[in-house]
Amino acid sequence: MARDMKDVKVDEINELGWDEIIPGAALFSFTETVEDVAEVPMDERPYAPTNSHEWQVGDWRVEKPVYNRDLCIDCQFCWVFCPDMSILSRDKKMIGVIYEHCKGCGICVEVCPTNPKSLLMFPEHMENADALAQWPKKEKKDK
Amino acid sequence: MAKKYELNEVEVWDGNMAAAHALRQAQVDIVAAYPITPSTPIVQNYSKFLADGYVDGEFIMVESEHSAMSGCVAASAAGVRAATATSSQGFALMVEVLYQASGMRLPIVLTVVNRALAAPLNVNGDHSDMYLGRDAGWINLCSYNPQEAYDLTLMAFKIGEDLKVRLPVMVHQDGFICSHTAQNVRPLQDEEAIEFIGEYKPVNSMMDVANPVTHGVQTEEDWHFEHKARQHNDLMNSVSVIKDVFAEFKAKTGREYDLIYTYKMDDADVAIVALGTTVESARIAADAMRENGIKAGVVSFRVLRPFPFKEIADALGNVKAIAAMDRSAPGGTFGMLFNEIGAALLANGKKPVLLNYIYGLGGRDTTIEMLQDIYKDLDACAKAGEAVVPLQQFIGLRGPKLSYF
Repeated sequence: MARDMKDVKVDEINELGWDEIIPGAALFSFTETVEDVAEVPMDERPYAPTNSHEWQVGDWRVEKPVYNRDLCIDCQFCWVFCPDMSILSRDKKMIGVIYEHCKGCGICVEVCPTNPKSLLMFPEHMENADALAQWPKKEKKDK
Repeated sequence: MAKKYELNEVEVWDGNMAAAHALRQAQVDIVAAYPITPSTPIVQNYSKFLADGYVDGEFIMVESEHSAMSGCVAASAAGVRAATATSSQGFALMVEVLYQASGMRLPIVLTVVNRALAAPLNVNGDHSDMYLGRDAGWINLCSYNPQEAYDLTLMAFKIGEDLKVRLPVMVHQDGFICSHTAQNVRPLQDEEAIEFIGEYKPVNSMMDVANPVTHGVQTEEDWHFEHKARQHNDLMNSVSVIKDVFAEFKAKTGREYDLIYTYKMDDADVAIVALGTTVESARIAADAMRENGIKAGVVSFRVLRPFPFKEIADALGNVKAIAAMDRSAPGGTFGMLFNEIGAALLANGKKPVLLNYIYGLGGRDTTIEMLQDIYKDLDACAKAGEAVVPLQQFIGLRGPKLSYF
């Protein structure tokens, strides 16, 4: 008999036997029935252990996006384009990058419209404070 | 609401029409299909039923058989009844998605009209496509005539959709000899058929948006093995549901099905094991042999997967010589029936003479005389107590006699 995966803790998942898993590897997103879940802030959703929210892929990254609040105009482009929902934003105000889920693809940097950009890629090992200290200046547009 | 299709007690249908009516009566929600000879009339007839108001579901004409099965996978994961038909090259193109359907545990029904695989290109019947897909994790049901194609297609839905099974089901019939040969078929009336199959029961439906679920996930070395083991276990255990559905169908129609089919095997000394329409020819050959004092019988598989390991050994246990007839190019080994029957016999302590005949490739006709010649081979082996002819022979082939071992 398959166990209800909603009751299984994250650290128990890899202990389940063949007789306990859900046939077909169907994975539920939440531990309870949801309504309009897109309107619920990410950190308030009842994520199930089988939701990819619970699985971190940040260590796939070799370069990381660093966020500069001083330059950001809160346009939300990065939030819209991020393929891994790794941009944290509240009430249309940009907060930062969720490094647990960011794979370092750089799309947020590509779409950032400010000059200089409010998001830039830096080596994974660099401290964010050091990255912010060497942020480039505004580029002059060619006439 | 679909119109009721008025059916006579006895209809004259070929195997394709029989399968098409079974799909119609099953009230399939989605048929995603790409036509290919000789199974084209199944989906062609079905789409005409739909156009004429006899079907409530959707017919999706896709761009390939890969897409046809992908459409069925999507529909089934969404939580509705899905089915399609194919043959040969189309079946081959579907193979990748056949494994997806069984691994995702989606009870899709696929009516397969068996046809040779190219090259050389050939539209006629043999079992190359059936053999290609036999290990794809589907339940495989085999019919020998249009009535059985109809009956087994109806039962396929009830078997695969059972909550203890939830696996896809193929129903095989021979290209042209069954699919295009009109015979008397006794159908159920529409309301009887749907009452027998029952309403579709969605499991982990993707359309249940209040309980979002992901289908077709990635698992690596941490989970993959457990899922494949579970799938195998449930396929093996589907035997009990298959037997229950066969029993319920017999109670309704009087037509009896079992995991294997046997003809005059009670006292048989020699037996032919074959699949498809050859079974009916072999029965005639067996009767002719019995007039000459040779106790001949016929055995076939009604259920090829899950493999009736014990039942086939029991059916052949007292026979002295057996011909396993494989209608698929063996590709550098013995035919599948020879190998699998041999394993079942050996594991059950039986050691009759076992011969392998490769026959009928690409629709080459197999005559009663050829089958009688096989029985004569078997009779000689039975009397000698050992193989006195080569273990693997090609029959009905022009040129020098081709045989091995």
